Amino acid sequence: MSIFLQQLLNGFTLGSLYALIAIGYTLVYGILRFINFAHGDIFMFAGYWLFYWFFIFQLPWWLAALLAVALTAGMGVVIERVAYRPLRHAPRISLFITAMGVSFLLGNTIIVLPWAGGRQKPFPTPAFMTQVYTVGTVRIQGVTLWVPLIAAACLLALLFLVYRTKVGRAMRAIATDIETTALMGADINRVISYTFLVGSALAAVGGILWGCRYPRLQWDMGVLPGLRSFTAAVVGGIGNIVGAMLGGYLLGLAEILFVAFLPHLSGLRDAFVFGVLILFLLFKPTGILGKPLKEKV
Amino acid sequence: MKFRGLAILVLALGLAAAAQEPIKIGGLLEFTGACAAYGQMARTAIEFAREVGLVPTRVLGRPIEIVYYDARTEPVEAATGATRLIEVEKVVAILGTMCSGPFLGAAEIVQRAGIPMIGITTTSPLTTKVGDYCFRACFVDDDQGVVAAYLAYEYMKARTAVIVVDVVQPYCVGLARFFREAFTRQGGKVLAELAVRSGDVDYTAQLTEILRLNPDVIYCPNYYTEAALMIKQARDLGITIPVLGGDGYDAPELIQIGGKAVEGVVFTTFFHEDAVATEIGLKFYSLYRQRFGRSPSSMEAMAVDAYLLVVKAIELAGEPNPKKIRDALATIDLEVVTGRTIMDPVTRNPAKDFVFLEVREGQFALKTVIPAGEAKALKARIGM
Repeated sequence: MSIFLQQLLNGFTLGSLYALIAIGYTLVYGILRFINFAHGDIFMFAGYWLFYWFFIFQLPWWLAALLAVALTAGMGVVIERVAYRPLRHAPRISLFITAMGVSFLLGNTIIVLPWAGGRQKPFPTPAFMTQVYTVGTVRIQGVTLWVPLIAAACLLALLFLVYRTKVGRAMRAIATDIETTALMGADINRVISYTFLVGSALAAVGGILWGCRYPRLQWDMGVLPGLRSFTAAVVGGIGNIVGAMLGGYLLGLAEILFVAFLPHLSGLRDAFVFGVLILFLLFKPTGILGKPLKEKV
Repeated sequence: MKFRGLAILVLALGLAAAAQEPIKIGGLLEFTGACAAYGQMARTAIEFAREVGLVPTRVLGRPIEIVYYDARTEPVEAATGATRLIEVEKVVAILGTMCSGPFLGAAEIVQRAGIPMIGITTTSPLTTKVGDYCFRACFVDDDQGVVAAYLAYEYMKARTAVIVVDVVQPYCVGLARFFREAFTRQGGKVLAELAVRSGDVDYTAQLTEILRLNPDVIYCPNYYTEAALMIKQARDLGITIPVLGGDGYDAPELIQIGGKAVEGVVFTTFFHEDAVATEIGLKFYSLYRQRFGRSPSSMEAMAVDAYLLVVKAIELAGEPNPKKIRDALATIDLEVVTGRTIMDPVTRNPAKDFVFLEVREGQFALKTVIPAGEAKALKARIGM
């Protein structure tokens, strides 16, 4: 029983991380109708920012983490401004290919940056994350406790932002109909910048928490979590914020429980995750909470 | 008369230029990917050894140039790299790779092109079986598996084991298989073999299974990053079962990433500074310490070895002809950094010693050396 509980906790932690990253995919898709494939690399960059501020510039951990989130969020805005905005009216496929290009650019930037490079780097995990608490027979590591809590706090803040503020209302309006919203006088570009800011900041929090849990930095570490979170966003219903969270938690749990109950099939873990993606795309492409997209004429 | 003098001068200059034309050797190494540390350490060591004059930088009166290519720890990239090095750069031999998977990706290409390639730490037995142009500078995993099983059974007194294996790396799969066979033949029992994949970061599900099985030892013959993360998570889950690994652990990243969690981890590998015996080895270790303030890793020693072997083979061949270099390499017998290396002309595998290391206070400490002959004897004893 305690083993099952342990696995449940593990799955929940992993799910929180997927949820944080999946939000970025879903926000951008909801508004611009394209998959930002550079999102995984933005996530990766957050870890490296923290690495730089903490190890190279010797800042205290919390300050380094705050700076990392701020810088990553800023990067998201800059990338949108430089790479995506000029293509606002171009075919989706151009945006898609550009996103791939940005993804490669970010990854390879790490390889040539001083102190970073192609070799794996350690990630500074603060003490409160590594402390171990024992409740009955279940051992809970600080990470397992804090990751879901911090993730939940961020997700609540996001829901507040989207459903209770003016910017949030503008985001929802743009997601429904970008042209009409523009006609109503909303500054579309500013709202889109906000969207990238929020999505990248959440990815940065995700990246830092990811690093605390799996303390290894590598230039391509964003690729697989990115793809898995994208799967979570699709499972939950791409474009739907609550759906992305739900998808993240479900996928994290499913992944851990799959390996837990079928340990001899653990090598097929990715096949399982992406098999889920294919099944959803085939039979329920709108995901659990997504609404079918009406073709605009 | 004047014209003839000029013609002779031009001809002489031309010949001199040809003689100064460098002999190119490929450096097909992993600078990124799962084994980035190995490729980068190898390049650093080779460049350092050339710079301080520890190894020759000229052969047959011509300078040696190394053309590096990033194999990215991926067989496909290694294949692309080998093709490029052979067809565009016209190298006469290739140093690398460090890992067996990328080597296997490039092996067919070098074999077809007839360019000798020497794997620096490619321990999978498959690598040299591709063809007679495929060599290695290290020991073979069927021996390493036997040595590991012996150490687990006799040294660590383990009777039951769980194997955690990275199923996408031919090196890890092979080593796990040889350990399993040897450990079982010794009388031990392998309770389960759990699969992980390069790039995985979450091992909690596999570890919870290990917690349930409670073996005497975890044999985890994977690469350093995956191993460090797994061991860290194991210790966090309260698993104190000893972990035994292979040469894939031999990178400073194991300790950087694993931190305190990897204390006490033991593994088999190529070499350790306390085992240095040759003159060039002593010189390499002391020069390296002077320059970098720390000891080189065994991967670095192995890389210098491979460079020395190839350069010696070119010298013995008498001309930069890949076929003749191959023949020279197949029968080479040379004193290198890690000891005397005698190539077996049939298998193209040199007989090398094993070292058994332990992580102690954030350092790799030497526990014991198992000579090549002893490994062969162990193998014969259990009928493998």
